[in-house]
Amino acid sequence: MSGRDQTGTGAPLLEVRDLVVHHGQLRALSGISLAVYPGEVYALIGANGAGKSTLLRTIAGLHRPTSGTISYDGRDVTGLRPEKRAGAGIVMVPEGRRLFPTLSLEDNLKVGASYARPGPWTIDRVLELFPWMKERRRQRASQMSGGEQQSVAIGRALVANPRLLLLDELSLGLAPVIVQRIYATLPQVLESGITVLLVEQDVSQALRAATHLQCLLEGHTTLQGTPAEVTREQVEAAYFGVTDGNGVSPASHGGTTPLSPPNGIDA
Amino acid sequence: MDWVNAIIQGLLTGGLYALFACGLSLLFGVMKVVNLAHGDLAIVAGYIGVGVIAVSHMPVLWSIPVVVLLMAVLGYVLQRSLLEAAISRGELTTLIVTFGLSIIIENGLQQFFTANSRGLGVGDSFITASFTIGSQITIAWFNLAVFVVAVVVLLGLQQYLSYSKYGRLIRAVADDREAAQLSGADYRHVFGIAAAIAFGTVAIAGMAEGMVTTISPSLGTDTILLFAFASVVIGGLGSLWGTLLGGVILGVAQAVGAQINPSYEQLAGYAVFLLVLVFRPQGLTSRGAQ
Repeated sequence: MSGRDQTGTGAPLLEVRDLVVHHGQLRALSGISLAVYPGEVYALIGANGAGKSTLLRTIAGLHRPTSGTISYDGRDVTGLRPEKRAGAGIVMVPEGRRLFPTLSLEDNLKVGASYARPGPWTIDRVLELFPWMKERRRQRASQMSGGEQQSVAIGRALVANPRLLLLDELSLGLAPVIVQRIYATLPQVLESGITVLLVEQDVSQALRAATHLQCLLEGHTTLQGTPAEVTREQVEAAYFGVTDGNGVSPASHGGTTPLSPPNGIDA
Repeated sequence: MDWVNAIIQGLLTGGLYALFACGLSLLFGVMKVVNLAHGDLAIVAGYIGVGVIAVSHMPVLWSIPVVVLLMAVLGYVLQRSLLEAAISRGELTTLIVTFGLSIIIENGLQQFFTANSRGLGVGDSFITASFTIGSQITIAWFNLAVFVVAVVVLLGLQQYLSYSKYGRLIRAVADDREAAQLSGADYRHVFGIAAAIAFGTVAIAGMAEGMVTTISPSLGTDTILLFAFASVVIGGLGSLWGTLLGGVILGVAQAVGAQINPSYEQLAGYAVFLLVLVFRPQGLTSRGAQ
């Protein structure tokens, strides 16, 4: 796999092989494979319903795969319960923040730290990363704005000292300026040695942040590579499932015709 | 002065009702389980007390912590086995399972202990000792002690939920089970701890009931469960102080009703319950619809 040598060293931290996941009768993922190496920011992109969030939730342990394996740090974790994976260092910031609404900001962070692995992140360090939190640590999570809640959700995950941080749709429902502010904290997260696997609908945001990206379409992988390797046209094609004969694996099951380019690509 | 006396006696009884109710409120608040066997568990605690005292010959008051501990263990085990299996199958299942549990407990107790009522004799001197305020109001030390215990238990529980690690996890799991899992918390274990606490508090209440009056196998569903439900609903779900308030209001209503006419005791209690359901269905202290 080209381009992985610059960031990836040695064995992958997370390796997913031929993952198939069903939601009831519906096949959400049809044989997805990926490998995330230490230090990477690995972005999963794709349209609504492509299976990105399902993939992330399955890696976190919230869905049981029909078949396929997930190994983390050289160990098979496919059957491990989600709380055990969190304890092992796979921590997810779920879609829609999912803070504990009746708990205060500080209590949300304390819950995140309840089963923390040893590591550099503490509640105090999170308060340094987001200085506005200090004043408002007693405020209920439900009384905060979306962007503030997203920051608390990230803080709650960081205090667990993850090795692999899963970020599900950070930008969802947030103003672009807030999204940029939240992504601006990513370098400090990476500096502390955390590897990031993120799901993002905002493709331009993903291209800016990622060291490696993979595009999903209706449960299949349609493109992967580094942001430098892929062209805008390839991403567009992979995102919507249009065959362009340029080495992009075509979506063999008839994708939709694009009416407009995906969010942010031509911005 | 009779009225003041009635209100004070009702207030003291209300403490016991709140003690019965707080476990019910906790289990509903945390796991959305309406435990129809809750009243029977109080009676089970009373009979365990009878057994512990008969076997060990320890004083009744000393047996309380032993019974509380045994009931807490029973709560954890029952949660991790039967209730956990029921919860994963949906809310209706937990209702049916706890209803079944209630029937099994009641009939089991009748089988082993007969339908006769039984008391936990603490000695008449302790039960009947009282002091008077003015000339008309007589307060039994024991009733006052039960009320104080109820307030202390509720206060302690409130502090535990607010500031301890597991208290925080209990609140977190009640808010969002899946998000708690993502933070590394096994919600099944947290549920078990909540059940242990609920069973522990109802054990204190059951022992107190056995000391104040007598217990019999049918008392759990006939009386205790209904009073506990009424207290929780009057006060508002999910609030421990609401539960105390609900218990006190129920107790006072019953005492005042009995003062009007002894046959109105139960009626007055349920009339207040009904009024709250009609005019403030979310309860007196609840912040709003949940």
